[in-house]
Amino acid sequence: MSARRAVADRVTGLVRKQWFWALVAILVLLAINLVNDPTYLSVTVNPQNGNLVGNLVDILRASAPIIMIAVGMSLVIATRGIDLSVGSTMVVSGAVSMEFLKDANSPESVGVAAAAIAMALVISTLIGVVNGLLITVLGLQPFISTLIMMLAGRGVAKVITSGQNTNARNDPFQWLTNGYVLGLPVVFVLALALVGLLALVVRRSAFGLMIEAIGINPKASRMAGIRPAGILMAVYMLSGLLAGIAGIFAVGSVMTVDVSRTGYQMELDAILAVVIGGTSLAGGKFYMGGAVIGSILIATLDKTIVFLGIPASATPAFKAVVIVALCLLQSQRVRSAFGRRRTSVPPTATPTAAVAAKEGVSA
Amino acid sequence: MSTMTASDSTTLPVTRWQRLTRSLRDNPSMLPTLAAVALFAAMLIYGELAYGRILQLNTMSNLLINNAHLVIIAVGMTFVILTGGIDLSVGAVIALSSVAGVMLAGAGVNPWVAVLAMVLIGTVIGAISGVLIQYFDVQPFIATLAMMFLARGLASMLSTVPQRLDNDSPIRELGTPIKLIDGPKVNDLVITVGVVVAVVVVIAAFFVLHRTRTGRTVYAVGGSEGSAQLMGLPVHRTKLSVYLISGTLAGLAAVVYTARLGIGQNITGIGWELDAIAATVIGGTLLTGGAGYVLGSVVGAFVLGLMNVLITRDGSIKPEMVTIITGGILLVFVVLQRAVTSRQRE
Repeated sequence: MSARRAVADRVTGLVRKQWFWALVAILVLLAINLVNDPTYLSVTVNPQNGNLVGNLVDILRASAPIIMIAVGMSLVIATRGIDLSVGSTMVVSGAVSMEFLKDANSPESVGVAAAAIAMALVISTLIGVVNGLLITVLGLQPFISTLIMMLAGRGVAKVITSGQNTNARNDPFQWLTNGYVLGLPVVFVLALALVGLLALVVRRSAFGLMIEAIGINPKASRMAGIRPAGILMAVYMLSGLLAGIAGIFAVGSVMTVDVSRTGYQMELDAILAVVIGGTSLAGGKFYMGGAVIGSILIATLDKTIVFLGIPASATPAFKAVVIVALCLLQSQRVRSAFGRRRTSVPPTATPTAAVAAKEGVSA
Repeated sequence: MSTMTASDSTTLPVTRWQRLTRSLRDNPSMLPTLAAVALFAAMLIYGELAYGRILQLNTMSNLLINNAHLVIIAVGMTFVILTGGIDLSVGAVIALSSVAGVMLAGAGVNPWVAVLAMVLIGTVIGAISGVLIQYFDVQPFIATLAMMFLARGLASMLSTVPQRLDNDSPIRELGTPIKLIDGPKVNDLVITVGVVVAVVVVIAAFFVLHRTRTGRTVYAVGGSEGSAQLMGLPVHRTKLSVYLISGTLAGLAAVVYTARLGIGQNITGIGWELDAIAATVIGGTLLTGGAGYVLGSVVGAFVLGLMNVLITRDGSIKPEMVTIITGGILLVFVVLQRAVTSRQRE
């Protein structure tokens, strides 16, 4: 009896986890593709160089830039903020690296590639620093500061490339996105390694705890001795840096930066991946693993839509609907209507009390 | 701090200047609005001196005609920001509404039904945002950001190429210039029906915000939602209605814009939410809500419009820089606001 109860508890615990449903969604999408093309899932090994080839590998490759920005976004959202500038940071990073590679014009040099990457990452981090300064020093709301950077950033990218779509050639740079290591795409391995490293730093130090503390209650965390300015600055810098890496991943495969399309609306993907992964948009907690699974789901969705021949222009609308649906699921009203197991609060708590409590927290 | 310097008192009648400084001392939140008016005047004078042909009827007419849609969305944004919210969906709503409207008119629907549909598209999107925010506790910027992506996505689903309005479509009449004063050569005072619509919207908004109970509630909600609730004000209805107003006005702005250009496109209005926010903030509305003036937002919209004129006249500034400059101006005014509000608190 109790053993069965324990198993049931574990199952319901798993079912409650949002990333579990993301995994289910990935499997459903793959199943749909499989029905359309029975060979969809086949992964073959290229006999010449031992690399894996197949749709699954493509999905992993496409998910790498989304993983980068989604993980950064999950930290930002945990502090009750938002970073709308990630897409624009991607295009700035891509523009900087492409312009540098084009001017250097040395297609084989590893040093030039490294310099281009370093430069792009420094500039992307600077965008994060500006966001951080606007939010911590000026006390602007995060969405206003990053909205300004989102629109100005694309302007900056256009200024850098003089409005042109710049392309360049550099084999080591391109290897990052198109190359293979241990048979897997370099980008995906690199993305997972970076997430692992970041998770180690964030979760093994007090950093992650402080991020969540700021998100749960800014006032209480300040009283507990956490200085929000430094933490917020670090979070927005990290988000900028990760968006810069995503930008390099995004331009690397075609070695062209398209100033109006690279990274366009990627903030939607990042927010969506974070929400799918189970991070509440209300802040206070983050799940990097969930964000990674969410990113892979989005990459699978993008590939599926192309594969099924649905017009790609329909995807943003569909993603927006999914975000709205997930926001509804996270809201107190829907939870108390459906989640009977934890209805300690009556469904319609007195609105005045709820509002007063909220005011007290935010004051 | 002495505000009466010798040069000031010579240029202005002393009594009026004193009245102004007194009202400023009583109500320092007027300061950003006055700064916006001063900035607008300074830009006019600078433009006239540096490039010429600014302070004349046809330039002013163009300023009115080309910014009528911006004035309309800035008015809507003022309502939302006054309650402490934000509406990031206005630019995308204009894109969706204008593409849908032009396609409807092109499909042979009665043009005035198409116009009504354009406005109602805005209303529906505003209603969805409002319900999400008010009844499901979604943060305003998340809800309206989702609506922004949804509206732009729907617009792209309808068409990714520019849709042209028929040359003889009656909708175009809304954008046809009407000559009011026939000046020498091309120096005429010209307006369009779109300008009239914008003026009516501004007057109506001014009346609602400053002369009705609803308007007072909007300010009260922005000042403190909890207090407004405890005072028994209809907080829920008001918060829902500001998003309805903003969405509807975005739909109306789409009509005015489409009538002027005759084209609907899915990439119309990218970044207009920033323009509307900037116009509102420049005009002296606090981003945190509770204080501001709808007429200030109109001035803010004209500051942005005049900036575009000056940049075009100058010619040496790249068009890519415009969003960067808009962002910069917005920042300066937000800093000014913070300085004013922190002084008030002391």
